[in-house]
Amino acid sequence: MKAYVSVFRLRLANGMQYRSAALAGIATQFFWGFIIIMVFQAFYSQALVHPPISLPQLITYVWLQQSFLSFIMLWFRDNELFQLITNGNIAYELCRPSGIYGFWYAKLLAQRLASAMLRCFPILLVAVFLPEAYRLSMPVDLTTAALFAVTLFLGLFILVAISMLIYISTFVTMSAAGSLLMFGVIGEFLAGMVIPIPLMPSWLQSIVNVLPFRLTADFPFRVYSGHISKWEALELIPLQLVWLAALIGIGKYAMGKALRRVVVQGG
Amino acid sequence: MITVSGISKSFKVAKRSSGVRSAVKSLFRREYTEVAALNEISFHIAPGEIVGYIGPNGAGKSTTIKVMSGILVPDRGTCTIMGYTPWLDRVAYVKNIGVVFGQRSQLWWDVPVIDSFELLRDIYGVQENEYKSNLKLLVETLDLKDIIHTPVRQLSLGQRMRCEIAASLLHSPSILFLDEPTIGLDAISKLAVRQFITTINKEKGVTIILTTHDMNDIEALAQRIILIGKGSLLYDGNLNTLRERFAPSNLVTEAGSSINAPSIDDIIVQMYKEYQIT
Repeated sequence: MKAYVSVFRLRLANGMQYRSAALAGIATQFFWGFIIIMVFQAFYSQALVHPPISLPQLITYVWLQQSFLSFIMLWFRDNELFQLITNGNIAYELCRPSGIYGFWYAKLLAQRLASAMLRCFPILLVAVFLPEAYRLSMPVDLTTAALFAVTLFLGLFILVAISMLIYISTFVTMSAAGSLLMFGVIGEFLAGMVIPIPLMPSWLQSIVNVLPFRLTADFPFRVYSGHISKWEALELIPLQLVWLAALIGIGKYAMGKALRRVVVQGG
Repeated sequence: MITVSGISKSFKVAKRSSGVRSAVKSLFRREYTEVAALNEISFHIAPGEIVGYIGPNGAGKSTTIKVMSGILVPDRGTCTIMGYTPWLDRVAYVKNIGVVFGQRSQLWWDVPVIDSFELLRDIYGVQENEYKSNLKLLVETLDLKDIIHTPVRQLSLGQRMRCEIAASLLHSPSILFLDEPTIGLDAISKLAVRQFITTINKEKGVTIILTTHDMNDIEALAQRIILIGKGSLLYDGNLNTLRERFAPSNLVTEAGSSINAPSIDDIIVQMYKEYQIT
């Protein structure tokens, strides 16, 4: 356990040193945030039916997406791990007395946390003080805020478990590009990153609801804005736990299989 | 301490000849050849030995090291090291060994060396006082004092290699596998590394298995050598015996009478020729 904590700490400290990357990221995310909000404002002003999610709720959804981008994006990756697998440095990882799954999981988690810590606070802070039309609203009460925090972190754990599958698939494909693209595009769409899930047609929603992706992003953000009620949130948290356990189980099993037939070539 | 018996391992290698035509052909039918990297390798190593494991490029040296350190699973054969089978009891077993792959790095690129060391301390669960005394010994004997707080990316190859070796010994392993530890090092660093290997072998009784292409390493360190070529074990025994057996007879006439003792490199070349493994 100490090993996992230690790699977590080291990765966190390491990730926090990339200041200019964070600044550039913040700028990009504001740009994106504004554009997406303007698009939705245009749509909403022409709406013929009553939209399933209110505009302020949607704006909150967008800002949360932007500030916690590194919690929810599947393309956010650790190239070191990919290199480790493809160039054979994994040899060293294999001579350590610790499970590789847990070790990498801690590393990936720390990386996302470090990146989010640098980016989320400035974005949240500014978004709260923006003019009314663009403003990030506050959660209605403390319970909602607490539920948001719990679901957000459970969502992060699920997301890291999903991203572990991308790394494990690299053992077979030897190239990260394919899985990254597939997981990235499909996973993010199903998580409501492109179109917020309440705005999807109902047949699509019924598909999205049985998959784990929306539990990483859409679910905590709607808990925050109050679009998902507190009782509903409490009902869905066990589902997050079940998915988390299932994904870690699958990942560990697949990794065990992959490591049995790993070939470290050369040198 | 180490007993390897009948280890075999083969790799599947995709093959095609050059050119676009064969590239297209290989889309439909791919030809594989089995390359036997290891073929019925057996040997026994006693505690406290330093063994030089040599052979030409591609002989299977690194593959053997990888099998013995639990990274690769062999096709056939058994291997018992300190009562463990490396690839079956991997996690319990690797606590007892240290491995240095000269061509790879285990240190974190962007952080000071000491951070990597502390991570390793926690991974291996080394007690604080044991860690401190090990670190002190390693810093002194490998002369790391000035570089230990430098990020790895700013170290030279020789400095990095000394840190790599230190990193593999922080948990006081009883066996150390060194896969080309002196590759690319200058004379001073090479001597430092050799000196150090002798020291830990004498003072801590660490069993050392060393692969290298630098025969001076072998001469300075190992009494016993194991030679493999094309995956088969060819010679296992004393270095001096080897020297007598394979002293090239034609060398004196070729190079003039000024050479009376053939260098170890000459002997190895002669031996490779004799076994037809070059």
